[in-house]
Amino acid sequence: MINENITLAFENCKLEKRPALLTYIVAGDSNKKMTLDILKAISPYVDICEIGMPHNTSVADGKQIQNSSYRALKNGTKLNDVFEIVKNFKKIEPTKPKILMGYFNQILQYGPNKFLNKCKNIGVDGLIVVDLPFPENKEFADKCKKHHINFIQLLAPTTSTERMKQIIKHSHDMIYYISMLSTTGGKLKLTPKQIIKNYFKIKKINKDKNIVIGFGITEKTIQSLKQADGLVVGSQLCKGISNSLKTKRSPVKTLTNLVKLLKSKI
Amino acid sequence: MIRIQKRKPIIDQHDKNYLYAGKFGGNFVPETLKKPIEDLTKLFNKLRKDKKFIRERDYYFKNYVGTPTSFIKLYNTSHQLGGAQIYAKVVSEANGGAHKIYNAIVHALICKHAGKKYIIGDTGAGYAGKMLSMAAKKFGLKCKIFMGTKDMARQKPNCDAIRVNGAEIIPVDSGSKTLVDAVSECMRYWVSNCDTTHMCVGSTVGPNIFVKICAWSTAQISRELIVQLKEEFGKIPKKLKLINCVGGGSSAIGFWNSFMDYNKKQVEFIGVEAGGPKNSKLHAAPLTNKSKIGILHGAAQYVVQDKEGQISETASISAGLDYPGVSPLHCFLKDAKRARYTAVSDEEALAAYQLIAKNEKIRPSLEPSHAFAVAIKLAPKLSEDTIIVVNSCGDAKKDELILTKRLGKDHD
Repeated sequence: MINENITLAFENCKLEKRPALLTYIVAGDSNKKMTLDILKAISPYVDICEIGMPHNTSVADGKQIQNSSYRALKNGTKLNDVFEIVKNFKKIEPTKPKILMGYFNQILQYGPNKFLNKCKNIGVDGLIVVDLPFPENKEFADKCKKHHINFIQLLAPTTSTERMKQIIKHSHDMIYYISMLSTTGGKLKLTPKQIIKNYFKIKKINKDKNIVIGFGITEKTIQSLKQADGLVVGSQLCKGISNSLKTKRSPVKTLTNLVKLLKSKI
Repeated sequence: MIRIQKRKPIIDQHDKNYLYAGKFGGNFVPETLKKPIEDLTKLFNKLRKDKKFIRERDYYFKNYVGTPTSFIKLYNTSHQLGGAQIYAKVVSEANGGAHKIYNAIVHALICKHAGKKYIIGDTGAGYAGKMLSMAAKKFGLKCKIFMGTKDMARQKPNCDAIRVNGAEIIPVDSGSKTLVDAVSECMRYWVSNCDTTHMCVGSTVGPNIFVKICAWSTAQISRELIVQLKEEFGKIPKKLKLINCVGGGSSAIGFWNSFMDYNKKQVEFIGVEAGGPKNSKLHAAPLTNKSKIGILHGAAQYVVQDKEGQISETASISAGLDYPGVSPLHCFLKDAKRARYTAVSDEEALAAYQLIAKNEKIRPSLEPSHAFAVAIKLAPKLSEDTIIVVNSCGDAKKDELILTKRLGKDHD
């Protein structure tokens, strides 16, 4: 076990015979306080919180997350603000797993060692680095392990079985399966049934790993994917923030209702 | 000490992680693209050794692109400035009007060999897009071109050409609305459609295989030049300077490729980046301005960025050079001290354009005008037996709107 919080979160969900609900929002969208307020409000219904570090040349993100990142950056969100949000959230929810998600250049410029020390100190439990694939990520993943941070490997529909075996062998407690060929928030191109079928092929390689599914999951599709260990909803929440801002409603309320609805379906 | 190996193609001088000098390039891509990149790498490695494929490439280069492009002396300019003799390799004579046609043809051929029917590409100045649309039409491929809306407005003639060729332009309105955003959006599209679609990256940037394919394609320029130099001088001149503009760096690497093994005292490479408007700080000149190494579009390179790793906006009169990053190959050449890099401002490029257009029969576009600006500065300081060759890799037709705006209607 590399990180207790993440492992326990999955164990609790298994006891309740349901998948873990993972949410993703971008730190600083549309300001620091709002992100913390949203996290506080949704956390009773969420098992693991993913928090995006906004980046301006994100090659794997669809329009919704790009918009969120753009708003956050426009409002001056820096990495130190992201850390502050996590630190303050940790005070309220000490054991709720917190995963940071971003692009490698952000970590590279901050300094990988300095970044990991900071993460450890403020209580980050896991990291997803979108553009640092296996095997290039070996060295960094090992460093994460030493800091008791889960480096979350990604698997895609294009990943060959041989490669999957290698990645899973080198993975930590949690793995992220990209449901389809898409950037984040695309429309589901496969039926949930097909996704689940692919998912169990991966699960068969190592039953002990917690594998979550992400990309294209909404309140419409989440129910039919509930056999998975965990399900990530991101773009729909970012879209919720965009829509609330446009219509001058409270993003905190919109997201709380949305997350409650998602939770009720699993 | 970083060294370039002799008698080994520059594109192959990477390690097992596809890094040049252990730090430039690589494949920093989302997991989804790992497999398509691996497949493309295998296919290209096979094709470049396949004599039939080489014959196919050469056939289209000769009969469709038109090889060789001419090598001319700029008599009037050399005479006026004194000092070194200035020549131009008129790559803008290539079908379509720029060097981008070489990469486009090779990618279209690869796409055919991969059995794919769809091809996508990015474009800044519009040349890469125009050429890809030509190649797609030639080979019966469906084509989409990603282009920033700022570039669409300033390079309208090339946009019109793309559409006439039957390709669709996907306008990119995010970020700085220029090449950097077009490449990001094109990569995103590929992430979503890599099973049916072949991606062409318009310059020697992006994940390693795209750097390789592009540099391998534009090498045609130097293969021709080496022959033309020997015809003109009987041998490679004792003092030769090859000056080329550098945005992503595809024309420069192609212009220099066959000369890598020459001593730099004999054959010097000078790369010219975009200094942007006079007094502006938004230079698209990562090599000249000692930018830090960062990751952009899947590759580690010198890139204009802030402390947080956010890619900075740049500004240049030349859409083709308006890119915050630069090819990992140029980073490699810089650190190995094989090439040197400098930047000139928008104003200097405009003045160079005017001088060349007035004196000579060629009308270089704003990209090579940057290189001509350095040739004009250097020539008077050099001896008469020094030969300067500038790669005139684009024609000013596409820049008509900008030239008229900046220099008035009778700008030549």
